[in-house]
Amino acid sequence: METKKVVRWFWVWQFEEEEIWLNSMAAGGWALCRVGFATYYFEKTEPGEYIIREEFRRRDVAYESFLREMGAEHIGRMAMWVFFRRKAELGEFELNSDLDSRIQHLSNICRMLLAVILMNLGIGLSNLRYSSLGVINLLCAGFLAYCYGRIQGKRDELQRERQLHE
Amino acid sequence: MNTQAALTEAVYYILLSLVTPRHGYGIMQEAERMSQGRVKLAAGTLYGAINGLLDRGWIKAVPGAEDSRRKEYALTDRGREALEGELDRLKELVENGEIVLGGEA
Repeated sequence: METKKVVRWFWVWQFEEEEIWLNSMAAGGWALCRVGFATYYFEKTEPGEYIIREEFRRRDVAYESFLREMGAEHIGRMAMWVFFRRKAELGEFELNSDLDSRIQHLSNICRMLLAVILMNLGIGLSNLRYSSLGVINLLCAGFLAYCYGRIQGKRDELQRERQLHE
Repeated sequence: MNTQAALTEAVYYILLSLVTPRHGYGIMQEAERMSQGRVKLAAGTLYGAINGLLDRGWIKAVPGAEDSRRKEYALTDRGREALEGELDRLKELVENGEIVLGGEA
């Protein structure tokens, strides 16, 4: 089977763009079949044969088997992100479509980022006494705080919408 | 007096569809059918809602009949009570809406 490999980097706040890109590949007859670190493997399919969805979620075997029951295939994981695909002929395929689920999804990402920010701050500050390498951790923490801000901005927007409707 | 908080649309349709035992995919199809294609339950939303409803005891897992790999779910008595409470609440909303807006015409 014809396959191709694409190396591409997405920042954490770009997961929606990533999913749009994966679906435009699928629409062009290249369906995601495997993922690696910043690497995507595609296989040749009929154009538009698959719908691709991705989600930030810790490994959950029960969830994966639930999705299989729904007709989806588990493609793989990249760090904390899980990728699924389902044949378009089975109808629309979404993982989180209502506001509550989307807010929850963004909150999960925020929680992970906060943990890594605090870890980097802790390591950075304690290393600073012995070496200047601690600065690297502090820079990481700073950049991650920026990521946190981007995700939180998206979440706040949804929460404002949630005050009016579901 | 009924002081029950509003159910989400997803939960309402999940409960309603489970008057007859169904598996996940069946719930999704039935909700879509009842709402004439308007309500399309997303897989992750459905998974979260099913687990929440199981924890609350509003639905229960029943042994799958012909295909044992697929878990089936059914409404419990408490789930039916919640659904009936919600129906009363919705009726109140509709009645008041009709009184206020219907009187304008």
